[in-house]
Amino acid sequence: MEFIGKIFALAIAAIFVQNFVLMRFLGLCPYIGVSKKLDSALGMGMAVIFVMTMASTFTWLIQNFFLVPWKLEFLQTIAFILTIASLVQLVEMIIQKTAPSLYKALGVFLPLITTNCAVLGVAILNINDQLNFIEAIFNGFFAGIGFTLVLLLMAGIRERLEKAEIPACMKGTPIAMIVAGCMALAFLGFSGLKI
Amino acid sequence: MTIIIYSIIILGSLGLIYGLGLAIASRKFQVEVDPKIEKINEILPGANCGACGHPGCFAYAEAIATQGEEINKCAPGGEKACKAIADIMGLKATTRERNIAVIHCQSGGKDNTLLRYKYEGISTCKAAVLVTNGPNMCDFGCVFQNDCIAACNFDAIHLNENGMRIIDPDKCTGCGACVIACPRNLIELVPISKKVHILCSTHDKGAVAKRKCGNHTACIGCGLCVKKCPVDAIEMQDGLAVINYTKCISCGQCALVCPTKAIVDPLAGKRKKAVILSDKCIGCTICAKKCPVDAISGEPKKVHKVDSEKCIGCEICFEVCPKNAIEMN
Repeated sequence: MEFIGKIFALAIAAIFVQNFVLMRFLGLCPYIGVSKKLDSALGMGMAVIFVMTMASTFTWLIQNFFLVPWKLEFLQTIAFILTIASLVQLVEMIIQKTAPSLYKALGVFLPLITTNCAVLGVAILNINDQLNFIEAIFNGFFAGIGFTLVLLLMAGIRERLEKAEIPACMKGTPIAMIVAGCMALAFLGFSGLKI
Repeated sequence: MTIIIYSIIILGSLGLIYGLGLAIASRKFQVEVDPKIEKINEILPGANCGACGHPGCFAYAEAIATQGEEINKCAPGGEKACKAIADIMGLKATTRERNIAVIHCQSGGKDNTLLRYKYEGISTCKAAVLVTNGPNMCDFGCVFQNDCIAACNFDAIHLNENGMRIIDPDKCTGCGACVIACPRNLIELVPISKKVHILCSTHDKGAVAKRKCGNHTACIGCGLCVKKCPVDAIEMQDGLAVINYTKCISCGQCALVCPTKAIVDPLAGKRKKAVILSDKCIGCTICAKKCPVDAISGEPKKVHKVDSEKCIGCEICFEVCPKNAIEMN
């Protein structure tokens, strides 16, 4: 029971209280870039969830079985980036094979997951927070869910904004920035939450 | 020292493992892409206008490479794209004549439109025609909210000082986006060589049509053009004269007889008359047979003559003469 409670706390923290996009401000590039359409936002979100979960798993293993025993913690960043880049390559191949239309819709943002700092962020935070293996996997998964949630909310709002009457100078990215700010303010409301 | 060796070993082996994993995965998830598709896609203009009937340039490229789609369907790319694709596919380039858009209405400007009321709603034609069938008197005419200009991807439609939509024949690619955009179906794609157009779309009866047209150039359905046309290219369709462009020879005879100037002929007065050069003519009679107005006479094997009174300057004889014995003066 204690375990489930811990996981639940992790979920609430990763999705709401310490949301990677709106509270930690990581992964803002795809947040603005891929949030124009709900479909591609969902696809991107799924890809990020997959990459984050896998990255959490592999980076934890590498940290604890390779880097720590040989006292090579200073290689953390490069080893993690290597892992994430390979994982993104793998995801790209799988998506291209199984869902070509999604592959086209995601376009350049799929390889950009490599440099999505949210992925590296979750990997490093797992280590810093001294989570165990299972917790690290769940934390990665929930961080992905949090990212997807925010991306979907943003995409929904922006689809509506398309039809709204906005002054010409504010159309497109400017209004998206303002919306992003409002959403960050709204998520600030979760910060008092203690579990 | 040992830490350097360990670092090299660990990072090296990590790289090796990932590399091998990716190599295996790339074999397993290999997607075979026809290199022709990429090449054709590069040639196509990338306007994604849909004139070819495919959802975009890439889809058209795919259809050419994999389904044997015709290669001459790209309107913006034109002859150049067609030839380049022909090289890639190993086919012969079969070009077809370029189409351009023609707006069949001469009203819709600032001072040549009669209004029933002042329209102040959403400024699109589609919305304007929904309000009691449009603000202008004529139920068939242009409602001047310029949906066609908004639809044009090639900046080929402009407003002149009177607020009339003018199509730039050099920029128009004949993609048909404006044809779809016009809620009154005023726009038609016409081969660029055809110059004479009936610029009216009203199906009203003559007197009504005349009264409603702000430009006073309504087709009143008198049928004079139908009778005058030497090649029977004009047909009356529900009170409106319509040119069949596959038959039309752009001779401009219809424009001469049209009492309301609904038919516009930009070549009027510029046409030349045919003259047969007696030293080159061999009397083959081809020109006499082809002449739509019987202006050429002469016996076989003897030099023919053109009756300049009858000649309408359609240049058909000029094109068919095998000996180049006809000049247009």
